[in-house]
Amino acid sequence: MSADATVLPAAAGRVKTASHPARGLGNPVLGMLLFITSEVMFFAGLFAAYFSIRAGHTEVINGVATHVWPPTQDVGILNPWRLTTESGALNLIVPATVILILSSFVCQWGVLAIRRGDQRTFVRAISLTFVMGVAFLLLQAYDYTVLMHEGVTLSTGLFGSTYFTLTGFHGLHVLGGTLMLAAVAYRGRAGQFNARRHDMVEAVSLYWHFVDVVWIVLFSVLYLV
Amino acid sequence: MSSINLGIAAPPRTSLLEWLTTTDHKKIGVMYIASAFGFAAIGGLIAELIRLELAAPGQQFVNAATYDQLFTVHGTLMLLFFAGPLAIGFANAIMPLQIGAADMAFPRLNALSYWLFLFGGLIVMSGFLTTGGAAAAGWTGYAPLSSSTFSPGAGMDLWIVGVALVGVSGVLGAVNFMVTIYARRAPGMHMFRMPMFTWTVLVTSTLILFAFPSITAALAMLFIDRHFGGGFFDPTQGGNPVLWQHLFWFFGHPEVYILILPYFGIISEVVPVFSGKPLFGYRFMVLAVIAIASLSMGVWAHHMFTTGQVDLPFFSLMSLLIAVPTGIKIFNWIATMWRGSLRFTVPMLWCIGLLYVFTIGGISGVMLASPPIDYMAQDTYFVVAHLHNVLIGGTVFAGFAGIYFWFPKLTGRRLDEGLGKIHWLLWVVGFAVTFIPQYVLGAEGMPRRIADYPAGRGWDLPNLISTIGALILAVGTLPFLLAVWRAMRRPADQPADPWGANSLEWATSSPPPHHNFDRLPPIRSLRPVFDERMAAEAERRARGEGAAGPTAGPAAAGGTG
Repeated sequence: MSADATVLPAAAGRVKTASHPARGLGNPVLGMLLFITSEVMFFAGLFAAYFSIRAGHTEVINGVATHVWPPTQDVGILNPWRLTTESGALNLIVPATVILILSSFVCQWGVLAIRRGDQRTFVRAISLTFVMGVAFLLLQAYDYTVLMHEGVTLSTGLFGSTYFTLTGFHGLHVLGGTLMLAAVAYRGRAGQFNARRHDMVEAVSLYWHFVDVVWIVLFSVLYLV
Repeated sequence: MSSINLGIAAPPRTSLLEWLTTTDHKKIGVMYIASAFGFAAIGGLIAELIRLELAAPGQQFVNAATYDQLFTVHGTLMLLFFAGPLAIGFANAIMPLQIGAADMAFPRLNALSYWLFLFGGLIVMSGFLTTGGAAAAGWTGYAPLSSSTFSPGAGMDLWIVGVALVGVSGVLGAVNFMVTIYARRAPGMHMFRMPMFTWTVLVTSTLILFAFPSITAALAMLFIDRHFGGGFFDPTQGGNPVLWQHLFWFFGHPEVYILILPYFGIISEVVPVFSGKPLFGYRFMVLAVIAIASLSMGVWAHHMFTTGQVDLPFFSLMSLLIAVPTGIKIFNWIATMWRGSLRFTVPMLWCIGLLYVFTIGGISGVMLASPPIDYMAQDTYFVVAHLHNVLIGGTVFAGFAGIYFWFPKLTGRRLDEGLGKIHWLLWVVGFAVTFIPQYVLGAEGMPRRIADYPAGRGWDLPNLISTIGALILAVGTLPFLLAVWRAMRRPADQPADPWGANSLEWATSSPPPHHNFDRLPPIRSLRPVFDERMAAEAERRARGEGAAGPTAGPAAAGGTG
């Protein structure tokens, strides 16, 4: 570790300083877990804003201020179970959700492979995860164009503001995750990971599971509840 | 650092390039400290301008619009780009040494944190160069004042970006500190042998991790409101301006503990050394820090009592409770000094000054935690006096204690004691002259954030006294700058342990080598350097050579590592 010890008087001996714990979590894994903690708090801030606005939204119906959500002008736009949207375009939000959830399993399949030292399966699984992540992003972009076509944007009221802000920041995190997956796949192809040394793989997989979980919560809150 | 030395010298680099590209935690720490003092100098000059404007009724130097920009940038720089980064600078420079590590867990991430912070500060200040001027919505950036309607200029956007950058920098730094403390402690350095300063860095990092993302989210939504027609904080669209206050203070109140806990750590390092005693109640001190941090997550709405939308009894009770662990710390420092053999060095004087001044600020904080008083004092100079009382009397005093204490370790040179004592005296006096009259002003109802006030309300004299105090503080800084300049002109001559100290950073040379330690003493207690010094002295006495002075250092102990 500290090769500077070679230039010291022999009597001084080698300095024992720690660079990583003998057992327990590797540094990249612990660092990623802590970073995810802060990311949870970031999304908590966005969700807090969403719930606060949603709870406070009232409209005058028959002369009485009534709590409604979504706002009347946006009712019916987000029905995940219909095959087409109001304008007749294909509604692909459920397929996008299924792809993202499945990608977490594929990612974990790759992690289990590298834990056994199976580099071939590992690279294949991570590459597939990457492709699924990109597919999710493309489907989300498609979803955005459909919504904008139907007249919902960031500036068309609270529904649009909250919808695009929450899903947009989630999309940015998916984008970050796919870049990390690409780096892992690239390094994996170069044979830089093996059964003993693959902390980065574990860390990136944790991040990918995190963006997946955020989407499950987001989907439930925006579309189902 | 896993470089392999094969006897081939690294290609020589210019010292400028070395500083710009370094990943060495000590250099990054020094850059943090120096940049933080740079921002403090700018923020301090702005403060002098503010005080000069308020010295007498009428407008003398700046108009109201410029005044708004000045107090906004003053607050932002002092809190987010001085007080916080100074603590992070100490944590960078000292904490890895205290746990016997060779560097941080992620050295390159550490460099990234520094550069994000530096450019964040420069971006906030660059608002002065835009046509509309810098941000003028106060350091709290309350909606709807910060909306595009009331703050149309680019200065507000630069403020958003700059603050967001320092927020990200803080989160990355916190992750780095926590992993370093978890993974890079030297053999024998158990959690309950870690010095108090390291403990406070760990607890503060946890707070950063939970608090900072809240402001990042709020800033993102504010930016969307301003530029993409969002309606989060816009009541005309059904948004909620009080939401901004919640998100801001959910960051902002833990932030003020982020700004004080590491400095409590510094006091806990300095007081035992110059009292000649171990820290009184070490475990209770650790628990008190954790208690303060835990409680601080549940007090944010005491800034929002007068919105009428918060649960007054709960937030009042939580705020009052924080006085308990803080009191434990104050009394433990006094108990550490009790019957010790005190040495009144400059770092120790700053600690004693803190005990007086910070305690006054803490008491006025307890007063403000009571809603009836808060309703009267909200947005008056009483609040201004309180926050400067704790931030100068706590953060800045302890920051100076840390500078005088660790300057020999980081540079190998000692700051002049005489100049340091003048610096200390002028600041203790200047502090009282500046801020005690502001309590009076607040009690008389003078609102904060006004550029002018009518004559004949009894506000003239306290304002004038306060301005004189601010000038004393400015003059009082000059001996410090002179001491630094003079010290840096001298050769590095300090031994490893010039103070007769306790913790591990004093076991290596001053300044430490790039890899920090050529040898580590055995770590069998809270005070490994003290243990080694005692062992060496016992050995000398056994040989009949008599005791050595406190500055003999552990080098005399031989290769017991």
